[in-house]
Amino acid sequence: MSTNGKPKFAMYWAASCGGCEIAVLNIHEKILDVDANFEVVFWPVAMDAKYKDVEAMEDGSILLTLFNGAIRNDENEHIAKLLRQKTKILVAFGSCANEGCMPALANLSPLHEIFDVAYHTISTDNPQGIHPEPHYTVPEGEISIPTLYPVVKTLDQVVDVDYYMPGCPPESHQIAAVIDLVIQVLQGRAELPPKGSVIGAGNSTVCDECKRTRNVKNIKEFKRIQEVMLDPQLCILEQGVICSGPATRSGCTALCPTAGAPCIGCYGPAADVLDFGARLMTAVASVIDSNDPTEIEHILDGIPDPAGMFYRFNLAGSVLHSSKSAWEGK
Amino acid sequence: MSSDEHAPQERVGVYVCHCGTNIAGIVDVENVSKWAGEHLKSRGVVIARDYKFMCSSLGQELIEKDIKELGLTRVVVAACSPHLHEKTFRTATARGGLNPYFCELVSIREQVSWVHTDKAAATAKSKAVIAGGVERVLYHEALEPLHVPIHPATLIVGGGIAGISAALEIADAGFPVYMVEREPSIGGHMAQFDKTFPTMDCSACILTPKMVSVGTHPHVTMLSWSEVTKVDGYVGNFTVTVRKKPRYVNTELCTGCGICQEKCPKKVIDDIFEAGLSYRKVVYTPFPQAVPKYPVIDRENCTYFQKGTCKACEKFCPTNAIDFNQKEEYVTFPVGNIILATGFEPFDPRRIPQYGYGRLANVFTSLEFERLCNAAGPTQGKVVLRDGVTQPKAVGIIHCVGSRDRNYNNYCSVICCMQSLKFAHLVHERTGADVYNFYIDIRTAFKDYDEFYQRVLEEGTHFVRGKVAEVTDAAREPGEEGKLIVQVEDTLLGKQRRIPLDMVILSAGLEPRHDAKETAKLFGISCSSAGWYIEKHPKLDPVATLTEGIFLAGVAQGPKDIPACVAQGAAAAARVLGRIEQKEIELEPIRATVDADKCSGCRICNDLCPFTAISFHEDTMVSEINPALCQGCGTCVAACPAGAISGTGFSDKQVLAQLDGLLMLNVA
Amino acid sequence: MIEPFEPLIIGFTCNWCSYRAADMAGISRIKYPPNIRLIRLMCSGRLDPTFVLKALAGGADGVMVTGCHPGDCHYVDQNYKALRRFLLLKRTLTQLGVEPERLKLYWASAAEGIYLAQAITEFTEQVRTLGPLHWPRNGGFHEEGKELVAAAVNPVVALPQQPEEVKE
Repeated sequence: MSTNGKPKFAMYWAASCGGCEIAVLNIHEKILDVDANFEVVFWPVAMDAKYKDVEAMEDGSILLTLFNGAIRNDENEHIAKLLRQKTKILVAFGSCANEGCMPALANLSPLHEIFDVAYHTISTDNPQGIHPEPHYTVPEGEISIPTLYPVVKTLDQVVDVDYYMPGCPPESHQIAAVIDLVIQVLQGRAELPPKGSVIGAGNSTVCDECKRTRNVKNIKEFKRIQEVMLDPQLCILEQGVICSGPATRSGCTALCPTAGAPCIGCYGPAADVLDFGARLMTAVASVIDSNDPTEIEHILDGIPDPAGMFYRFNLAGSVLHSSKSAWEGK
Repeated sequence: MSSDEHAPQERVGVYVCHCGTNIAGIVDVENVSKWAGEHLKSRGVVIARDYKFMCSSLGQELIEKDIKELGLTRVVVAACSPHLHEKTFRTATARGGLNPYFCELVSIREQVSWVHTDKAAATAKSKAVIAGGVERVLYHEALEPLHVPIHPATLIVGGGIAGISAALEIADAGFPVYMVEREPSIGGHMAQFDKTFPTMDCSACILTPKMVSVGTHPHVTMLSWSEVTKVDGYVGNFTVTVRKKPRYVNTELCTGCGICQEKCPKKVIDDIFEAGLSYRKVVYTPFPQAVPKYPVIDRENCTYFQKGTCKACEKFCPTNAIDFNQKEEYVTFPVGNIILATGFEPFDPRRIPQYGYGRLANVFTSLEFERLCNAAGPTQGKVVLRDGVTQPKAVGIIHCVGSRDRNYNNYCSVICCMQSLKFAHLVHERTGADVYNFYIDIRTAFKDYDEFYQRVLEEGTHFVRGKVAEVTDAAREPGEEGKLIVQVEDTLLGKQRRIPLDMVILSAGLEPRHDAKETAKLFGISCSSAGWYIEKHPKLDPVATLTEGIFLAGVAQGPKDIPACVAQGAAAAARVLGRIEQKEIELEPIRATVDADKCSGCRICNDLCPFTAISFHEDTMVSEINPALCQGCGTCVAACPAGAISGTGFSDKQVLAQLDGLLMLNVA
Repeated sequence: MIEPFEPLIIGFTCNWCSYRAADMAGISRIKYPPNIRLIRLMCSGRLDPTFVLKALAGGADGVMVTGCHPGDCHYVDQNYKALRRFLLLKRTLTQLGVEPERLKLYWASAAEGIYLAQAITEFTEQVRTLGPLHWPRNGGFHEEGKELVAAAVNPVVALPQQPEEVKE
């Protein structure tokens, strides 16, 4: 129960790595603006609060919730629904919540395979081959842990989302800009963008912010990053290394290409794009410099893991969402 | 994807055509139309009708009336193929007061009733097809055709009889023509022939007056010994770049007197005009009646260019027209339309080693035999063997060499039968030899052709129906020594025959130019699998191509005889003249556009356009599409990784909506 | 009686060649199974992989992409771009568990109605033997999949014995 009259703020992590929380803290002194303008009522990484505290809140009483992490198990879904109920403006924060990010790569495998790998490594001491179970009876009673879904979902596949902030993590300068915007809205000096908008990102793709020289593309060979000394001035894709920049939303200031690494697509698809992987695939394939099927196949051998390459961040949010083995469970 | 953003706003009319029993015989059209009215109501359908013949004026009036009275904003017609009646229904929609592009025609005839037998399945599929059309049409936009001005000049590529015919029609009508010919003179293959069938007119006699007309025509700019290197632009506004190869003769000064040719000390084999049967000088005009009359110097064989000596031509030229320093020159000019009349090359019978050409001396190709017969040719028109002296006593003419043959060219070359009959006639005329024609069929389909065949029959020609197995000089029986033996199955007799001859003429088929594909690419058209340029419609439009502003004439579009070449050249000219007369042309507004805000300048699209419609601006780091150059294929739309390129007529939203409809995802 | 499985196939055609081939099949009254539903594009080069993905996710059991023969594309060489994209898409889809036999790339010229009809017939049978794809809509998994969830998460395994008390 807040007594200071400031609008309430919450941040929650579902299936995530914690990077989004760190990105928020990375706004440095700006965190003071957050503290000055909001009352933080629920933020597991930063303060102690229980789910029942959230359940006790009035519906819609939290003004702004930044929800990061993908929906991996029923607890994630439950809290997503709970926070949706209690929140006015729910933001899918970071790549996991937006499109699945790394957790969603689990959608390439059925659950039983994941368990096999996780619980039967060389260094795992599990002689009885135990896999975790959601319910287990012990003398003291029944204990339960969240049930894993066979398929990781994005936030908007379980609840209605108001805004999307992409990035893995969203860049701190973008977070700061969004916080500024919300503060301005609170003060009546600005309008919120239309519901469903992507915020904290640019209008184009990473190439827009990248300083490298770009020419007409004709690729005869795909190379892995460790196979080539990249020319720092020239477009990375032209050098045969797949850079997701052309298909990735701008807003990060092209940090990775500037630093000498190809963009891996963490800011998700460009505006109005239905499937990130499809856009990157079509662009990369279109500029393969060959018309002969055998030669094209040979060139494509230079992409050993296309699903991983083209859906690295976006699998759960893509059109097909997951592989057949994951949803079939076989 | 399927959003309801449009459903409440649009008012869609659905019209299901019976097409007599063509559709109604298999598809339950009443059921389909009733279904559409009920189940697609939530998608915006306010009226669904079925009618016997939607393309009739009454059918079209249904559409017009409903638009006006029911306030329709979209129209879906389920009938025949859009290739037949899309325009019809679009025009009806326009008459009703809507933008014509708000009408979508989906095929339930060619794609459903004519190809499926299961009535229930066909009816179900028709519903899905209509649902697809309805979903799609919700995303249609009001489009306006582009209007493009037509430049009055025309480029004609190729100076053979077809090109000449086209040039004269256009130039005589008062409009400028650029004629580009890669040989030193116009005239093409027809200039090489002796007589033309069926009239036995002397080829040069009927051709050269036309050549002179073109060469002296005030409206024709003659660019011989030249080639087109670049074509930019689009219909009505092409920019053509031509490379004028150096003649090493200054055409301002040359009078065509021919002294240079006389005095030139070096001879080389003329393997182009004389088909390798005779010599020409290194400075030469290909034949005496050449137009233009200016000679060229064959640089590769010229003593001056190779060794630095001689220069006899320069010494003797009375007007100092020889210019060894002449460079190639590029000229660029605008034209509105282009006619391609680039002709053919003869099939090389060396590819059929069993016929012995190139190995057995007295096996001749048809072109060689033409030169032999030509009065200005290597033997002054005498039909003699390779020794230049001996008259043959028995001559064989083999039809279909390289044609109608899966091993070489599958098609019929059209003119070889008449040509072979012509040869038979000429041999009879000039020698007393026995003549054998070895044929599969006798194709003499046109005016006076079959009468000519009868005449050749009456001249005592022997006709053997059978495909010749081989021509050999290996004698097996008495009487075959020193002869060429044709081994053939006489199918009418049902026997194998060995016929000893002195001379064998191979009627070689016609083939596309060896660089036809490159030429096609240069002009933005395509070649068929046989290599001929593809016409817009094989029956109804043989002169246009699928690229606006590019037309075809002559054998380049497919084998044909001289009258057909002349007719087609004139037809292409008429089409061009019609365009010039109208001064502007309407283009379909199916185009792509780059949203400059979304474009990141990645340049992935830049090299994907064969029409060079996409350019990159270095200053704004954004790509842009020229709407007049864009042909609307949509490849760049599909390739853009940022989704920054959209295409009218086939936008993502439209296609995905149609997909939703076909999958029946939104049906109540 | 079990109804035989009727696959739903989406076919993408190009306006100049393969759509005209389909028309030609119609004009020649050549029969093929009604399982395929065609979408007309101006060119096979317009084929966006998103279309194929949406078709598969939307209930199609197979997708056929058709266009002009290589070298005969009305827009010169755009079908080669379709070829490149198709080959890459096929690899990715195979990794995602879509059997490669559910995708077909077929070139047909405007005159080859009979060959296109044959190809459609063969492809329909091929997809029929593969069975329905039944890709779950809107992410997640089918209701039937919930049993699979249970099976995966609760494998039948012997509960661990209570550790023996260590006797002193």
